[in-house]
Amino acid sequence: MTTIARFSKGAARAAALVLGLALLGGCATGPNANPADPFEPYNRGMTTFNDNVDKAVLKPVATLYRDVTPQPVRTGAGNFFANLGDAWSFVNNLLQLRGREAYDSMVRLSVNSVLGLGGLLDIASEMGVERHRQDFGLTLGHWGVPTGPYLVLPLLGPSTVRDTAALSADLFVGDVVTYVSDVPWRNSLYVLRFVDKRASLLSATSVLEAAALDPYSFTRDAYLQLRAGPAVEGSDEEGGKLPEDY
Amino acid sequence: MMNRRTLTRSAATLALAACLPWPLAALAADEAPDALVKRLSADVLETVRSDKSIKAGDVNKIMVLVNKTILPHVNFRRMTAAAVGPAWRSATPEQQQRLQDEFKQLLVRTYSGALSEVSDQTIVVKPLRAAPGDTDVLVRTEIRGRGDPVQLDYRLEKTPGQGSGWKIYNLNVLGVWLVETYRTQFAQEINAKGIDGLIESLAARNKANAASGVAGAK
Repeated sequence: MTTIARFSKGAARAAALVLGLALLGGCATGPNANPADPFEPYNRGMTTFNDNVDKAVLKPVATLYRDVTPQPVRTGAGNFFANLGDAWSFVNNLLQLRGREAYDSMVRLSVNSVLGLGGLLDIASEMGVERHRQDFGLTLGHWGVPTGPYLVLPLLGPSTVRDTAALSADLFVGDVVTYVSDVPWRNSLYVLRFVDKRASLLSATSVLEAAALDPYSFTRDAYLQLRAGPAVEGSDEEGGKLPEDY
Repeated sequence: MMNRRTLTRSAATLALAACLPWPLAALAADEAPDALVKRLSADVLETVRSDKSIKAGDVNKIMVLVNKTILPHVNFRRMTAAAVGPAWRSATPEQQQRLQDEFKQLLVRTYSGALSEVSDQTIVVKPLRAAPGDTDVLVRTEIRGRGDPVQLDYRLEKTPGQGSGWKIYNLNVLGVWLVETYRTQFAQEINAKGIDGLIESLAARNKANAASGVAGAK
């Protein structure tokens, strides 16, 4: 993984190819075919591939990173990248006409960049200004674009057809790191961010392993809920309601 | 002068009279759902924080704590039935019981594994949006600590009858509803191997978890 940007171009191309193949080959049909996941055979294959890469490279590196760096360093790194993310969240909140959330994102970005030593400290959260994470896929969703089928991307993992289409905006326009002109610096930032992200998920993945009967569909169903969720507001209060009995 | 004093006194008496029945009524009625969630969360966090062996990652000890503190306030039958779906009705009472037991064990271990990560977090219960007469409410909470706050919402039902209180029957972690997430996996197993197949898979998962201590182990 040299740069996520270069790689994602390849990923998008590969995804397009795979998508075409899957469409040509006729969708996965069978008694258990899930309507939200017509590419299931491909997706499962890619998940296995990703899991193997994770097991061989990403997880060991992230574990090492977690074990050798002190907690404040990791918190600082996480805060730093999250602060950069607030800039793109601001733009997307604006695109979704969420005034309050856009304002919060702007306050967060300026407070943390200036008072928080360039984003290393998360002063805004201490002040009670909430983070409202957004990306271009959610913006498309806000304006009525459905998620489309579930799609597992090489290395990047769970996505949907809509979110894959939106990914180029997230990676080439919305990602502040792409604007770093010095290539070694930029690549180092990419790698650090990736490792930091993986390290922060180490305990989550061990919980997932223990909780799931089928980690693939567990991840898929959770992901699809998550991506459909924030876009449908107002129906919130009814969320999670279950029938009384069967 | 006299008049004013009488007025003040009667006003005070009136205010007292207006207030008095309320605390009594509150005592007699059930604990409000958000208050219940707040109390349980605070209880558990407090114990987890102060117990050394739990801090050292003793998941079994957390499981005992969860069993004792939280489980009496969870409607596992409803949770399991909804996760199993339409096949629930065709299951025998013994199968239903085993499904409940295995699912319970799986969830308690997962929950305990997540709890073992707790250090300096605090729980914030957000204002309840439900109307007074509602019997099915959503209680939103947020765990605040290092990094982004973790959203943890509970769906509670009012159990019929006075004094039996509220019971949790679904859980939302970071925007994902638990029962919904298990539904497809359960359906997969049932379609392939029937109810007994699902019970076996759950039991196998639990056995593997107990053996490796995956959840909570670093």
